Amino acid sequence: MAFRKDHELHARRRSRNLWVAACLAGFAALVFGLSVVKIARDGPVQGFDHVARPSLAAQEASE
Amino acid sequence: MSDLTINTHGDAGFGDYVALLKPRVMSLAVFTALVGLIVAPGSVHPVEAFASVLFIALGAGAAGALNMWWDSDIDALMKRTRNRPIPSGRVAPGEALQLGLWLSGLSVVMLMLSANIVAAGLLAFTIFFYVVVYSMLLKRRTPSNIVIGGAAGALPPVVGWSVAAGAAAPEPMLMFAIVFLWTPPHFWALALFVKTDYDLAGVPMLTVTHGRAETRSRIFVYAAVLAPVALVLGFTSVGGPAYIATSLIMNALFLRGAWKVRNRSEDEAAADGHAAEKSLFRLSLIYLFLHFGALLADKALRAAGVA
Repeated sequence: MAFRKDHELHARRRSRNLWVAACLAGFAALVFGLSVVKIARDGPVQGFDHVARPSLAAQEASE
Repeated sequence: MSDLTINTHGDAGFGDYVALLKPRVMSLAVFTALVGLIVAPGSVHPVEAFASVLFIALGAGAAGALNMWWDSDIDALMKRTRNRPIPSGRVAPGEALQLGLWLSGLSVVMLMLSANIVAAGLLAFTIFFYVVVYSMLLKRRTPSNIVIGGAAGALPPVVGWSVAAGAAAPEPMLMFAIVFLWTPPHFWALALFVKTDYDLAGVPMLTVTHGRAETRSRIFVYAAVLAPVALVLGFTSVGGPAYIATSLIMNALFLRGAWKVRNRSEDEAAADGHAAEKSLFRLSLIYLFLHFGALLADKALRAAGVA
């Protein structure tokens, strides 16, 4: 049996859900943007990973 | 099941939630906060400025939703407000309360992260003042409700300033004073020509408690006090030629309009369909817009090295 035709209610719910999704996506994008701006303000950022970092080695050598 | 039952609680459209945030009141908060932020000393990254103004707007909206939650009983009684989301049954009162509380918390915390704790504290105070002091304590008790409650509407430029400058200064206090003193004549001019059934809802309006003649004379008193305060801002660090010229012209027009309204009888007002009151109300909107707009113009002039 085929589904019944959507009620106007369903269209309203769908539109509401889409708007909420758009708001959440916008909020996530904004928080990301803010993070980038705030972190970048303190200069270059280096993570503590397992890659050789010549800049540190140069520093140690001079000490 | 009929459509009538389907359309009640739980299935409001997105627009109904937006209406809960009182977008028109929000626009005033956004504009004045933005000007406060831009003219303040110190620079803010555009992303931070955008986010901060957005969260100030959200905080103002949250206060609007909480106000609609608290006032839904009287909103249902008055013709002008009967169609608001809660009294019309599209949004359940508890839903509006939740939205208001969550958005309040979110906007304050996010403003603290995007700007600083001073701005966030001021935003929290603004929401508290509008919801608790104005809506809950004053609105139904005293005809001075909009005089004192106007402080809530006057705070956004101070919040905006503190986003950029983070500290107290005379300039944001003067901006606060301008919106604060502007609010009563703005609303009383409206109260003189819009027949709202406030008495039905038991809200004391000056036009009802003290009479329309008294309201007319108070409009002029506030306009007269407002004029020097507005002009003084022109001689601070944020003022300049554009602001002083705008302020001189707008205050002269506003005083003239208020004087005209003050000296009219009810018969005269009724005869021309409250033309003077309506034009004073429109003028009050332009007044505020141009004063804050002129601050931006002077900032641009300074940036260009002209003034």
